[in-house]
Amino acid sequence: MRPVWKENPSPGYQAIKGVILGGFALVIVVPILVVISTSLASDKDIIDAGGYVLWPSHPTLKAYQTLFSGGLMGRAIMVSVFVTLVGTAIALAVTIALAYATSRPVLFGRPVLLMVLFTLLFAPGIIPMFLVVKQLGLLDSLWSLILPGALGAFNFVVLRTFFMNVPGELLESARIDGASDFTILRQIIMPLSKAVIAVVGLFYAVGFWNAFFNALLYLNDTSKWPVQVILRTYVLQGKSLSADQLGVEPLPQPQSLQMAVVVVALVPIAMVYPFLQRHFTKGVITGAVKG
Amino acid sequence: MLKRSASKKQVSSGLPLAAKWRRDWQMVLLMIPGVVFLLLFFYLPVLGNVVAFQDFQPYLGIMHSEWNGLQNFLSLYDNPDFWDALRNTLLLAGVQLLLFFPVPIGLALIVDSLVSNRLRRWFQTIAYLPHFLSWVLVVTLFQQSLGGAGFINNLLRHAGLDPIPFMTNPDTFPLLVVAQLIWKDAGWAMIIFLAALTTVDVSLYEAAAADGAGRWRRMWHITLPSLRTVIVLLLILRIGDILSVGFEQFILQRDSVGPGAAEVLDTFTYYAGVVGGDWSSGAAAGLAKGVVGALLLWGANSLAHRLGEPGIFQRRS
Repeated sequence: MRPVWKENPSPGYQAIKGVILGGFALVIVVPILVVISTSLASDKDIIDAGGYVLWPSHPTLKAYQTLFSGGLMGRAIMVSVFVTLVGTAIALAVTIALAYATSRPVLFGRPVLLMVLFTLLFAPGIIPMFLVVKQLGLLDSLWSLILPGALGAFNFVVLRTFFMNVPGELLESARIDGASDFTILRQIIMPLSKAVIAVVGLFYAVGFWNAFFNALLYLNDTSKWPVQVILRTYVLQGKSLSADQLGVEPLPQPQSLQMAVVVVALVPIAMVYPFLQRHFTKGVITGAVKG
Repeated sequence: MLKRSASKKQVSSGLPLAAKWRRDWQMVLLMIPGVVFLLLFFYLPVLGNVVAFQDFQPYLGIMHSEWNGLQNFLSLYDNPDFWDALRNTLLLAGVQLLLFFPVPIGLALIVDSLVSNRLRRWFQTIAYLPHFLSWVLVVTLFQQSLGGAGFINNLLRHAGLDPIPFMTNPDTFPLLVVAQLIWKDAGWAMIIFLAALTTVDVSLYEAAAADGAGRWRRMWHITLPSLRTVIVLLLILRIGDILSVGFEQFILQRDSVGPGAAEVLDTFTYYAGVVGGDWSSGAAAGLAKGVVGALLLWGANSLAHRLGEPGIFQRRS
């Protein structure tokens, strides 16, 4: 409802607003749509359209079948799924424990908190990071994609702020009933913060799924490449997917194969997005503002 | 942003250490995994920056490589590639600040003025999505749309026009980079301004309207001042981040545009150090960047305090 004091917008003003917002939305949606359509298009569609297809008139899953028949893509998906699931689980456990322990006035709480906050101010740099990962023997291991990202300062701040707002009386009364700190965390804090924990978990998961540079830096072994590196190599850099990587002849149009790779990288994000969108506003604003 | 005072007042300072330990040992146990991660993957690398003061040889390691004082920094000073990278970084950061920063504010103002909630939700759903896509995906989508064989240039060719090298022209690269940033993050950055706008007291608008203030005067005298704290906060964060301009975005496009336009401090560090094997120069560039970035953040934050804004790192009162 428009409040009484607000003047009715002039048609011209409304049109400008519509063009700006509509244009912005279209620029986001159209490329994604074209990619999906092209990945589903038949060879004939692609040749008729001269490359890209806005709407596949003969939709087919051939590109995906070809892509998955070879080992390359399947392996990359396994790697990405492993890194995302294990990474998110570890990162959540570490971050929740640390955020809870520093959310109350306890022994060592302050120095540890400052240790985390300092990471917001300064970044150690690529070279020392690489040397440390190498020294720990993690080069060419999938753990190099998981462990360095296991504690995000931003996610920590979001969780800690939320935990701090849990009333102290609640924890005090549980303690009087004989609950240990572990019990309190498991039975009181975590059930109360389910939504925030879910959002932070999804932030971690999206981060692990999207990470690209870590893999470039730490993995020489191409059989351990995650989906993002495959996307870069075979689509962005245009290296062609050869028949022995795919196994099936004849190959569909390279265009639809490439777009199928793009869709594979996109789909998991699109799947969790509705959930993320429902809750993240709260998570982001209770925590802090960063980037 | 970070409430520091809350935890201070209740620390039961009177207890002896042993009693505190007996009370808090479980909490300390919960801190251990996180602290180990911080030590291994943050503080150890921070110390590892000493290779910037060494003639580092991988087969000798940090312990046995020779120290060479400021030699690496001096040779950076004489290295034209480093200055190019620094210049590109500052140029790109400046262009981003100028062209990107106002976009989310403008979008938020328009979205906030929409009366229909449904329309507003629709737009937000679409606008937030790209933030969650990886840079590889974003650059790929741009390449497929604007690249030499992309669909815009396909259309141009069909229409008998010359294709435009959006993705490979070094001169327009800063604009391309900002366009990508706007595509990916302008919608997401809008979120925080929208949240700030909902906290504005509606009676202010009503009173101003009753006194005869039109739409623009209300925006200038009520809306924008109430966004000031958030704007300052985000500006500080951007300034602290100015030397980091989006590493993945550049490393992905350095090949197609060339290092002349796309080499920034981070890519310089990577190519000189990891790819080129000149570990010490890379580390020196990385360390210089980290220190200057921290100083910038610190400086911007103090400036905000002086201007009477809360900033990010709050002063203890």
